[in-house]
Amino acid sequence: MSKLLIEGVSRTFAGVRGGEPVRALMPVDLAVAANDFITILGPSGCGKSTLLRIVAGLEAPSEGRVLLDGKPVTRPGPDRGMVFQSYTLFPWLTVAENIAFGLRERGMAEEERDGIVASYVDLVGLKGFENHWPKQLSGGMQQRTAIARALANDPDILLLDEPFGALDNQTRGLMQELLLGIWERRKKTVLFVTHDIEEAIFMASRVIVMTARPGHIKSDVAIDLPHPRHYTLKTSPEFSALKARLTEDIRVEAMRTADVH
Amino acid sequence: MRPLHPVSPSLRTVLGISFFVLFVAFWAWITLGGHVNRIFLADPLSMLRDGWRLLVEDRFWLDILITIWRVFGGFVLASVVAVPLGIAMGAWKPVEAFLEPFVSFARYLPASAFIPLLILWAGIGELEKLLVIFVGSVFQIILIIAVKVGSTRRDLVEAAYTLGSTNNGIVRRVIMPANAPEIAETLRLVLGWAWTYVIVAELIGSSSGIGYMIINSQSRLATGQIIFGIIVIGLIGLLSDFAFKAFNRWLFPWSLA
Repeated sequence: MSKLLIEGVSRTFAGVRGGEPVRALMPVDLAVAANDFITILGPSGCGKSTLLRIVAGLEAPSEGRVLLDGKPVTRPGPDRGMVFQSYTLFPWLTVAENIAFGLRERGMAEEERDGIVASYVDLVGLKGFENHWPKQLSGGMQQRTAIARALANDPDILLLDEPFGALDNQTRGLMQELLLGIWERRKKTVLFVTHDIEEAIFMASRVIVMTARPGHIKSDVAIDLPHPRHYTLKTSPEFSALKARLTEDIRVEAMRTADVH
Repeated sequence: MRPLHPVSPSLRTVLGISFFVLFVAFWAWITLGGHVNRIFLADPLSMLRDGWRLLVEDRFWLDILITIWRVFGGFVLASVVAVPLGIAMGAWKPVEAFLEPFVSFARYLPASAFIPLLILWAGIGELEKLLVIFVGSVFQIILIIAVKVGSTRRDLVEAAYTLGSTNNGIVRRVIMPANAPEIAETLRLVLGWAWTYVIVAELIGSSSGIGYMIINSQSRLATGQIIFGIIVIGLIGLLSDFAFKAFNRWLFPWSLA
């Protein structure tokens, strides 16, 4: 059985000032197997973030439904952890308190929390920064904390909305390896939205390419590159072939969005 | 001069102090030099002499204490009512729809115009003074806090929902801590306004306080005392503002780190 099932999910926004309603997302069907790492690749404005937010329960679909372990999604909940592109650490809480947030909301006792927090601080390599405020951290460190915060809740699925989009190239590469390393060791179902082709291939066991607005799925590419993956993989012939193919797919879409046929 | 170019800290201090010096020098020149009638404006030296006599002989420090107590009493009263209401209005839109039109109207009612009515209701005792400050502050605080709370970062709220927060948890563990520094800053601002309300309240139907001393001095043409009273108000306002600022910094280190 699929871990996550997206059935005919679409999203239409009401027209502005009596204008035509805007269709952001054509009906999308997608089945995600347990412990799969899926990247959703598409040009900006293709509705990929909207799709992820619908899975998170932060937005309601206009049609269709999302099932997680057979149960329909109606609202956001701790079973679907999310990492946002913007820095969303709570600025009044320290790194450790941020990671403990979900556990605290669940009513877990402090001693029990401390052990879990320490293990996730360690996992994302932030030992020694437990008592720092988010403002004192670099962008990469903030996103590592955000990943730890989402994982500490032990969600059934991890949703990431261009989590490294605001980071510089070097940091971005390191973060990809870090996240992939965690996934290789701890197996988790992951849905990762990005517009970066290399990132989409490097991270994924399966890449879903979405078309320009109104978005729908254009292709579904299995990535059979071996694990554990190392950054040198990005220069291998297999990787380049995949990259060439997806570049072609995405280029057509990007051109349609930019209206240069 | 280059626009927007910063000034060095030492030059800033020198420039800031020099205006005070110029101001007092001008004041001394027109008064001691005989350019204005001493009945209307006392010179700086007699102002200090009058002030000293007020403090030593007329126990003016008791008036200062009673004025401070009124300001803080009225201000605390207003805060206790306004902060929860402001948070409720910002967080829950039906509450806002219910109260916002009335509060917006009420904030433009001048507190000083209420004084005759408040004297009728509460007499000329302490309660009336507290109520003037309360009326003057409470609606302002409610509205400013409601606006700040209403603009809480939505992405933080969404993040908390995905971490399992309930609606109640969002209000208590996201909306309130996220806005706490802004709320404290609002209170600091409104405390400054409360100082003007208290003096107005003391000018009418009062028998103690800095405002009472000022109106009392007017009938005796003691302009030195009036000016001394005004300067005391300014100094206390400045001190309480500094203290409030330092307290906020100590309370919310994360917002400036």
